[in-house]
Amino acid sequence: MDLTTVLERFHNGDRRALARAITWAENGAPEAGELIRSTFPKTGRAHAIGITGPPGAGKSTLVDRIASRFRELGKTVGIVAVDPTSPFTGGAILGDRIRMQRTLSDPGVYMRSLASRGHLGGISIATGDVVGLLDAFGFDVVLVETVGAGQSEVEIMDLAHTTCVVMIPGMGDDIQAIKAGILEIGDVFAINKADREGSDRTVMEIEAMLDLGHMGEAGVNRWGGTAQANSGALSRLDRTGHHGAADAGGASAWIATSSRHAADRHGTANPGDISWRPPVVKTVAKDGQGIDSFVDRMEQHLGFLRETGRWEQLKQRDAAAKLRDIVAGRAARTVLDRAAQAGDLDRLTRAIATRSTDPYSAAEEVLSLHMGG
Amino acid sequence: MEHKLRILVAKLGLDAHDRGAKVVARAYRDAGFEVIYTGIYQRPEQVAQAALQEDVDVVAVSSLAGAHLTLIPDLIDLLRAEGVDDVLVLAGGVIPDDDIAGLKAAGVAEVFGPGADLDEIIAYTRAHAKRA
Repeated sequence: MDLTTVLERFHNGDRRALARAITWAENGAPEAGELIRSTFPKTGRAHAIGITGPPGAGKSTLVDRIASRFRELGKTVGIVAVDPTSPFTGGAILGDRIRMQRTLSDPGVYMRSLASRGHLGGISIATGDVVGLLDAFGFDVVLVETVGAGQSEVEIMDLAHTTCVVMIPGMGDDIQAIKAGILEIGDVFAINKADREGSDRTVMEIEAMLDLGHMGEAGVNRWGGTAQANSGALSRLDRTGHHGAADAGGASAWIATSSRHAADRHGTANPGDISWRPPVVKTVAKDGQGIDSFVDRMEQHLGFLRETGRWEQLKQRDAAAKLRDIVAGRAARTVLDRAAQAGDLDRLTRAIATRSTDPYSAAEEVLSLHMGG
Repeated sequence: MEHKLRILVAKLGLDAHDRGAKVVARAYRDAGFEVIYTGIYQRPEQVAQAALQEDVDVVAVSSLAGAHLTLIPDLIDLLRAEGVDDVLVLAGGVIPDDDIAGLKAAGVAEVFGPGADLDEIIAYTRAHAKRA
């Protein structure tokens, strides 16, 4: 299939054309530029939902259940699941389809496995473009499952409108729950395998962590002024809301940071504001328990984003990030190409290796010689 | 940029013996392929859909339960019906010599039996994948 055929068939809803388009985007093929140009105007409609959490938490099984639930609600679903690439051979085993048999025969669902291809943020470099293609193709919901994530694979937050963090009982004492990283990025938390011992304790620990950074009951909170404001919740504000600010001490520094982050992402607790307190749901993916309320919470979060103007803010943020990435990438490539052609790259590389200059001075020289014009 | 070879390793029908499929999947991974493994008890329709959605270069079917003469041609018919015409189809497992000609007539490029050398399978796949 050539580019013209793929584009024509893509816009007519042909899934094979979608599949080929994704391959080109993933490979950075020559066709990718025109592909993005042609499909980008149709993006910006799908609800992108990230599913992240440690390996073995049950993310794939959950995604299968979540997709089924969205289908019951009449929505079409695109799924992207990322698995790790071997750092030694460049190969990968992509096994997420095994746990998604429930929905994959449904013509309203399309699923694509991606290898991380050496990228360490929990997704692959091309994942954003793939989500864009699924969005442009017309899926109502795009689910993105990350590689099994530890504490620092947080890039999904920049790609998803709603980030769901999946935990399981018994993963460590409560200090794990206050660490920075994936526990900070959740808009909705699921404690999966909740039929196991210790699930109540895990829920409690996550709730306690969330109480430090967020006000009110789980879900959308309206502070003051509106019908749903309630004084009980407002008194909680005094109890927990200004801890971080009042205490300038070292131990509470992370609380202040966490509060700032929360304000950014979820709204402040000032009267008159609408804020989002991430809810925690218990699920048993293998039996389908808790899935309906999990999906309800995702939809509520979407409502929150739209109601508070954050949906539009996220688009601005994405646009800025994309533009910066592309310009930075091309500028770097241009400068390096020019430096290579002039022989400066080789000369300075040798100079650094023999310690007759240092990397920073060499970089300065490359930039001063080749960045202009 | 290089085109990364993607291969679907599939088990069709009532055939739970997937040790061979896993060994082959692992060998492909170690040779730098991206391997999509979909698990056991797959219907031809499911495998055809997976091949389409994943836009693979190769579909490798492992069969040890004797239904290869119906299930593999069914799969190839479905792939063709979906317009997936540039995929290399391989078969492996316990397949009697007498059946090989029939499978090849149906569109299987090559059949690898229990004694096949993994390096040879990979070399063949690389040489014959249509979009390499």
